[in-house]
Amino acid sequence: MVETLPQVTALLPALVLAATGLALLLVDTISPDARSNTSMAVVSAVGALASLSVTVWFVASGTGSVDTGGAITLFADAIKVDTLGLFFTAIFASVTALVVVAAHDYFHDHDNPAAFYSLTLFAATGMALLAVANSLAVVFVALEMVSLPSYVLVAYLKQNRGSVEAGLKYFLVGALSSAIFLFGISLVYAATGSLILADIASASIEGLAGVLGVGVVMMIGGVAFKTASVPFHFWAPEAYEGAPAPVSAFLSSASKAAGFVVAFRVFTEAFPLGMAVSANVNWMLAFAILAAVTMTLGNFAAAVQEEVKRMLAYSSIGHAGYALIGVAALTLDGPANGTVMGAAMAHLLVYGFMNTGAFLFVAMAERWGVGRTFADYAGLWRRAPVASVAMAVFMFSLAGLPPFAGFFSKYFLFQAAIDNGFLWLAALGAVNSVVSLYYYSRVVKALFLDDPETPSALDAVDVRPTALYAAVVFAAVATMLLLPGFGPVIETAEAAASALF
Amino acid sequence: MLLEALMAVAFVGALTVFLAPNEWAGRLAFAISLIPFVGSLSLWSGFEAGGNALLGGEVAYATQIEWLEVGGRSVSWFVGLDGISLPLFVLTTFLVPLAILSAWTPVDTRQSQFYGLMLFMEANLLGVFAALDFFLWFVFWEAVLVPMYFLIGIWGGPRRKYAAIKFFVYTNAASLLMFIGFMSLVFALGDSVSSFALPEIAQAVAAGDLGAWFGIAPDAVAMFAFVAMFLGFAVKVPIVPFHTWLPDAHVQAPTPASVLLAGVLLKMGTYALLRFNFTMLPEQASMLAVPIAAIAVVSVIYGAMLALAQKDLKRIVAYSSVSSMGYVILGLIAFTEYGVGGATFQMVAHGLISGLMFMAVGVIYNTTHTRMVGDMAGMADRMPITVGILVAGAFGYMGLPLMAGFAGEFFIFVGSLSAPALPYAPVFTALAMFGIVIVAGYLLSAMQSTLFGPFELETDYEVGPAAFHDVAPLAVLLVAIIVLGVAPDIFFEMIRDAAIPVVEGVTIDG
Repeated sequence: MVETLPQVTALLPALVLAATGLALLLVDTISPDARSNTSMAVVSAVGALASLSVTVWFVASGTGSVDTGGAITLFADAIKVDTLGLFFTAIFASVTALVVVAAHDYFHDHDNPAAFYSLTLFAATGMALLAVANSLAVVFVALEMVSLPSYVLVAYLKQNRGSVEAGLKYFLVGALSSAIFLFGISLVYAATGSLILADIASASIEGLAGVLGVGVVMMIGGVAFKTASVPFHFWAPEAYEGAPAPVSAFLSSASKAAGFVVAFRVFTEAFPLGMAVSANVNWMLAFAILAAVTMTLGNFAAAVQEEVKRMLAYSSIGHAGYALIGVAALTLDGPANGTVMGAAMAHLLVYGFMNTGAFLFVAMAERWGVGRTFADYAGLWRRAPVASVAMAVFMFSLAGLPPFAGFFSKYFLFQAAIDNGFLWLAALGAVNSVVSLYYYSRVVKALFLDDPETPSALDAVDVRPTALYAAVVFAAVATMLLLPGFGPVIETAEAAASALF
Repeated sequence: MLLEALMAVAFVGALTVFLAPNEWAGRLAFAISLIPFVGSLSLWSGFEAGGNALLGGEVAYATQIEWLEVGGRSVSWFVGLDGISLPLFVLTTFLVPLAILSAWTPVDTRQSQFYGLMLFMEANLLGVFAALDFFLWFVFWEAVLVPMYFLIGIWGGPRRKYAAIKFFVYTNAASLLMFIGFMSLVFALGDSVSSFALPEIAQAVAAGDLGAWFGIAPDAVAMFAFVAMFLGFAVKVPIVPFHTWLPDAHVQAPTPASVLLAGVLLKMGTYALLRFNFTMLPEQASMLAVPIAAIAVVSVIYGAMLALAQKDLKRIVAYSSVSSMGYVILGLIAFTEYGVGGATFQMVAHGLISGLMFMAVGVIYNTTHTRMVGDMAGMADRMPITVGILVAGAFGYMGLPLMAGFAGEFFIFVGSLSAPALPYAPVFTALAMFGIVIVAGYLLSAMQSTLFGPFELETDYEVGPAAFHDVAPLAVLLVAIIVLGVAPDIFFEMIRDAAIPVVEGVTIDG
């Protein structure tokens, strides 16, 4: 049924997000009195959910999948809608919906909440565009479209020094890495004479392999920045800690996944494995080293943090390391190339829910004003049992314990890596998961087992932010239901990834 | 479908109770927990399957629905019961309502969460015994830890935090080791298995389909898998020297949690040892027969000696569990019809007896607020019924004939005395039997000083008999212990039926 519509409708998920963002901006501009925090939040949540529904419908009806005639290309091949792009769009839309719902309570006393919602939706539009970008030019523009609203969002609490400082740090590192990424694109163009991914792959690079190699390395730098991987991870703990917690949730889940869609699509399509091996531009090896270092650094740094939000920031660096396995554990004609990348995609989806939920719990704690350290969370269970149970679900799932979806997504990832001959990477990931159980369980211990330092410490918990609660509980339910429902997710992801090889 | 329905009742019941008001959460949870019990009795009465579920036997109440696929192997919702799992399934549904009843008096805060967690744990325990797919089983296996962690950590004694975290860390580390062990087995089987169904894997191993993996020879992989799984399960059982989490967890845990911990959670370890190590890798087991038997005997004797040295009633019962689990290991490694069958029977018997002991100690503690042997004397005067049942239970522990403990231990000794695959079988058996003498020693001396003689306890209130709902579960348990002791065949026949194929798998080469 989709086939009968104009081809451009394949972009509907991104268009819905963009239209919602513009509508919010319009109302905010022409009728500032008519806006209210609630109506803005409702409109943006509806927009994000509509985009999610369209995406899920497209995936279910097979739009752009191999079975129904392959990817849909638009605008002279600059855009390519396929299952991979739709899968990531579903992650972005889900996280956006959760974040805008939670933001309603978080920004309840902010002077100008409207801009938050439109900026979030514009960033989400950029991500959705990034997911379907088939040309390096579109990749770069979409990447900037994600980054620019993000800088503002991090500094959104402009009276708060931490928030402004975090925004500036994020902007400086971001500007630098964008420049590096763009320079990498120009070198690739110099070597191949094309910006369309498929044309780059088929271009002759006689004698220019060195130029191409430097370009690829620089592009890896851009990806590392967006995914908060080593060596461009320094901004992440600062930005996540200083930013308003819903923004941290958005950046660490959706924005990170956006970085991965670049890695997954651009590197496999523009520099296919055969070319990478023959031209000796072995980006898989580079990613393997980055994955190993990133997951180890993230997990060990997380283990020594005293503030929950900072711990989550380092843990998200660790998870970037796991997801990088998806582009690291690849070999020419490897038996499980599609499986390993599909498993990484499924991990990012699960991670989108559990990590967003964890940051939104922190948002709730900030809303209550109970403090930032583990000790400040002591005994919160007594006042907020449901939210604390949800947080325990996120923590156990992030650690990869079996009753939750995080177990399957990690297991599939490691198993696929082993099947492709990367036992060392899987073993390192398993060791890191064990380390991570230590710091995740510290949160659970604080919430449930520890007594508050003073009896009055919990008096701050005197409000019930309904929307925040709803978002947290929904994320927890999704984290649990993705365990029994993991089959369709992994099948979709594997099919989408296999189409790239 | 009844099997799934019972698990669903426990799970949905947990959610319901979790949201119920504290005032009647206990009553609601008890009522809900009776449904799985009645249902399991109907499963029991309708049970007709024969053989071992893993070794080609018939699987009763089986359901197999494809769930997902990983690395070319399918994972499915595969549950069913055989002669080994059914008794443990019934034991679980029987103990949970009694444990809930025993919580009515001591648990006075956050009741709805407490009972919700109890039912949630029941749902997962039933899953552990019913699951026949590795992934499904592992999900349930790990899911049991979470409610137990909270039950100890929130409602426990003064050192509850330490005990809960120790429990969690020990058992999780063990799970990881076991998981790696099992996975190495699956990887070494390569393409010869197309699913994670335990029967398929067990039969593939038996058919000699193990191949080399990453350059490691098949025999070495099998041996690695056996050792990794054995160590992983040994923590859960627990076997000396991996037992140190147990006394802490037991002493700090609230009584109802102790009942389930000793009654059912420890059996998860021995059940898994039987299902995985001894059923799938009998050759490796018989190669390691002597060290395993030695560990079993050390557990028996050392556990009993530790119990002898304790002054806390709960610690005494906790350490005596270590000792009793040693018998189970001895029965398993004997690899005879009576050894393996007796070990399984002993799992049920010990579940009932240790449940009774923990519950009775808990009832006394509710009144006295002390469990120290030196703090009280002559409790028999004030709480005659409770003390009477406690004494009867203690005799069951010592192996009084016509009680379940006797039947279990008797079968094990018969089996291990004539074990053809175990060198020096009579020596090991004789040493283990000596453990019973120590058990009698510490139980009798502890009872004599606390229960009998002139009444002595410093309180500012009147010490009187316990409430009806405290004593009733004790009486029910005692009846069950006697019934099982008088007519062991109600379980032993089906157990033997499922144990024989395991025994036949072992090759005897001197």
